[in-house]
Amino acid sequence: MSNTRFAIIALLVGAVLAVACQFIQNDYFFNAAYTVLLYAILSTAWNILGGYTGYVNFGTAAFFAIGVYSSIVLYKAFHLPLGLLIMAGTVIAGVAGIGLGYLTLRLRGHFFAIATLALAVMLFTFVTNWDYAGGARGAYVLVPREVPFGFPRYIRYLFTVMVGLTVLAIIVARMIERSRLGQGLAAIRDDELAAECAGVPTLRLKLIATALSGGMMGLAGTTFPFFISFVEPVGAFDLRYAVNAIAMPVIGGMTTWLGPLLGAVLLGTVQQLVQVTISSAWNLLIVGVLLVGFVTLAPEGIMGWVLAWRARRSKPT
Amino acid sequence: MSALLQVDNLTKRFGGFVALDQVSLQVAPGERLGLIGPNGSGKSTLVNCISGLLRTDGGAVRFNSVDVSRQAAHQRIRAGIARSFQIPKPFSSMTVLDNLCVPLLYATGHRPGMTRPGEAEAREEAFEILRSVGLEARSGEMSAGLTQVDMRKLELARAIAARPMLLIADEAMAGLSTSEVDEILQLLLSMKGRGIAVIMIEHIMRAVMQFSERVAVLVAGRKVADGDPHEVIANPDVQRAYLGE
Repeated sequence: MSNTRFAIIALLVGAVLAVACQFIQNDYFFNAAYTVLLYAILSTAWNILGGYTGYVNFGTAAFFAIGVYSSIVLYKAFHLPLGLLIMAGTVIAGVAGIGLGYLTLRLRGHFFAIATLALAVMLFTFVTNWDYAGGARGAYVLVPREVPFGFPRYIRYLFTVMVGLTVLAIIVARMIERSRLGQGLAAIRDDELAAECAGVPTLRLKLIATALSGGMMGLAGTTFPFFISFVEPVGAFDLRYAVNAIAMPVIGGMTTWLGPLLGAVLLGTVQQLVQVTISSAWNLLIVGVLLVGFVTLAPEGIMGWVLAWRARRSKPT
Repeated sequence: MSALLQVDNLTKRFGGFVALDQVSLQVAPGERLGLIGPNGSGKSTLVNCISGLLRTDGGAVRFNSVDVSRQAAHQRIRAGIARSFQIPKPFSSMTVLDNLCVPLLYATGHRPGMTRPGEAEAREEAFEILRSVGLEARSGEMSAGLTQVDMRKLELARAIAARPMLLIADEAMAGLSTSEVDEILQLLLSMKGRGIAVIMIEHIMRAVMQFSERVAVLVAGRKVADGDPHEVIANPDVQRAYLGE
């Protein structure tokens, strides 16, 4: 399927989904769905660097928080509309991605992963001490009283925006996957030296991947202040973003765009259900158990399992 | 004829250890050079320095009269220096055909008069190359599942797909059976038809003698002989290096 056709279908599916959901009466549904979509974007973003390129990033929360705090600061300073805040946060996180990439991409494997973790810690310390952005006390963001486009509640509007952003993230991810860039990234993942010796400019491609991945993580964070209305560093840098952004692609499958989406919808929904029915403290435990289960039983994730099953069926015996 | 590859006084140190000591080497267009030497003599280091995976500590590498010493590996293969790895490094998540598409899409089209193929043309050209090395039946298989000899062929095919002018084959035959060695040897001999010069690094002397128009010998990081294959293996220095006093 061509990129344009896929984009049109994805946009249509997104539109139908967004409209259909407006008929749901319970406002809590939108809270839960917003969170699931947030994870869908985060894991799609993580997968560009982690799945396509093979570089494990533990710093998801840092890029997410860059998106969150850029919205807080720009909203406080200039009262920008949401659309501009989204763009600004994405660009800032993308630039941070290039910066991180430039400093750390000469490191391989575990060393890169540890460097990303260090970035999250550094940024956390910085934000905690940044008074203008609320510092350790946190910052309130007052949701505009008038909900744009005649939505009855702000959360319904935010949810609809989030559907659009998720569709965008998925279109971008699939475009990368099918492109010359995607082939180069896959070559880096399989064997970086061989890729370099096959003409792939590995450093440049990795920088592109960190920029796209980081920018997309920032994108996921830009609307968050309006969702939660009170942001403090411990919440914005929460471990669960980094853990979920890794767990969801691993569970869904890391080689295609569909994997992270599947993982996010499955795991995200389970988490939301557990939060309501049992307790929120169980969430990370469930992620942990599922992760261990998948890593041992289906290391290629759900998609890997499906693809292997399809290959077995199509093979003439 | 002017040299295609000109290595001048190349020096490489690892800490205090001198791996290559002022090595000079020339390869003419289309030439077949055998490079031999005992284990640890610096052959692979030399390959890494020529192909750009290692930075040198002195001397220069010139290719087509251009100094490429400061260029990254991906720039050198674009200029026409291809290599295969001693231990095959296939892109294991890709099919055999897709393995060849990577250099076709990334390494070609950077020299004057050469255009980069589109996606469909790349697949066509990749299949042609696979046919010429006898891997066409495997084109749709995952590269991780290949046998050793097919893996070696894939290494060479992937190098050919970069449309190089020079191919450095680093022990492409190590560990293969006699008939398999002959297959790879035929493959390397056929490079002449593509106008590709070859540096063959090998321990299997039968293959070296059959293949090489010229043989160079490295011993402990220094070049001790360079010339006609039969004269070189009769050289007392070379015999001493291999057999001892």
